[in-house]
Amino acid sequence: MKSILLGTAALAITASVAFAGSHSVVRMGTEGAYPPYNFINDAGEVDGFERELGDELCARAELTCEWVTNEWDSIIPNLVSGNYDTIIAGMSITDERDEVIDFTQNYTQPDPSSYLALDGTDVDFEGGVIAAQANTIQAAFIASSGATLVEFATPDETIAAVRSGEADAVLADDAYLRPIADENADLVLLDKQELIGGGVGMGVRESDTELKEKFNAAIQSMKDDGSLNALLEKWEIGPGF
Amino acid sequence: MFSFCFDPASLDGLAWMACYLTTGKHMAIYTSLFTVLLLLAITAPSALLFGFLGASSARSPFPPISWIGKAYIAIVRGVPDIAFFLFFVIALDQLFEWIRHEIKCPEWTESIWQGNDFVVCDIAKLPLGNAPQWVHETYGFFLAVLTFAIVFGAFAANVLYGAMRAVPQPQLETAEAYGMTRRQVFWRILVPQMWVFALPGLSNLWMVLIKATPLLFLLGVEDIVYWARELGGAKTARFTDYPHGDWRMWYFLALLIFYLLFTRVSEIVLDKLMLKLTHGQATLAGEAQRKAAA
Repeated sequence: MKSILLGTAALAITASVAFAGSHSVVRMGTEGAYPPYNFINDAGEVDGFERELGDELCARAELTCEWVTNEWDSIIPNLVSGNYDTIIAGMSITDERDEVIDFTQNYTQPDPSSYLALDGTDVDFEGGVIAAQANTIQAAFIASSGATLVEFATPDETIAAVRSGEADAVLADDAYLRPIADENADLVLLDKQELIGGGVGMGVRESDTELKEKFNAAIQSMKDDGSLNALLEKWEIGPGF
Repeated sequence: MFSFCFDPASLDGLAWMACYLTTGKHMAIYTSLFTVLLLLAITAPSALLFGFLGASSARSPFPPISWIGKAYIAIVRGVPDIAFFLFFVIALDQLFEWIRHEIKCPEWTESIWQGNDFVVCDIAKLPLGNAPQWVHETYGFFLAVLTFAIVFGAFAANVLYGAMRAVPQPQLETAEAYGMTRRQVFWRILVPQMWVFALPGLSNLWMVLIKATPLLFLLGVEDIVYWARELGGAKTARFTDYPHGDWRMWYFLALLIFYLLFTRVSEIVLDKLMLKLTHGQATLAGEAQRKAAA
């Protein structure tokens, strides 16, 4: 259902390279709840910017990839204990995470984080109540800003908290909030934005340098020929390279 | 699924609902319903087996065996379920992989702990890294069954231990006086009679087990609660053909009804079973049955 082998085209390429190192199948771990980066589509499959990107990267690196979903909270522990081989889940590169896992080079520019609030609310950024998803750069940012942080396990719940008045506003990636603000008349993006994080990269185990280098090379080749920019534009994720 | 579903935006009312409720994603929640039922069907008997082993070893006349049984009951009953669930699945998985690693890769010289990473050789991984996804899911499911069985087995052991002691002592002594061995007394007199004392406790446990199935999600198995949350969350039109607001309340309401119906059916079945078991027993209910018949 949620895990699909790559298209037959990619299979045809990879079938001949069974010697692809220790990884005959690379398991790609994602959250599946953070459009446009990654989400579960109507057919029940992983879809979104990272699905397209990941499939293309695997084709370029000549790897067979399989998609796996895992909840955000335990996404790093499960990578480290070997349940899958990469994290490709809109995860910003931070020093704190870099101590536990390794990142490939970034495949998005640092995306500004925006505030989403009910239309007409006056949000107090220093003393108000701001919602964010747990274990994100936004949650860390609010915790150090002085505002009261309320954390939720899924991005969806942060929006519900703003709707119910539990939080004054939610801080999240602009690319995630913008479609929601566009389609809901009662929710608006505030003018204030925060520039946090160092762009999004793929997470791999620290001991897995071989895989990291393969993906680094594939990301570089997508940056060089402009196909990454095309994808970023298609899914409306921040500025290109 | 239906032929008229190719353009959901043009539909409304029942037709839209019919299309919406049969998307691939909704099929996943229906499948997960069977996952939950399957889990119960496998876990209940295995927990009972664990419980039976625990109880019979706890009342063993040989102290070390009795200690093991009693320690199992005390430890598992004393630790919070969630802590146990989170610990066990990670620990069991790593233990299995480590054992396979020791057997299959004796020439491996590096440590299995490299910084934060738990690394075993490729052929020791469980399931193998290149196994299809359904193998990974089945493996995760059985880890979950094992964990549930261990946890609920301890509670069942306590119930059965109590039930074994509730069987009237004179009956056992009479059996011994007739020349039965300890084993014969246990299997022929004690076990058949203990169920009537165990059933109220066991039925309680069954109810708790039904309600505990959402813990599956903690173990990484995508159960109905996960899908209810995922499907119920607000959806924007850019990413789905079926945009809707926050519908989690309705999905959870459906879950509530499902669980209520399920426990109600269980109650009815358990009551019937109780009636059967009391028949001819030296208990108050058994006595009442005898009088009613007479």
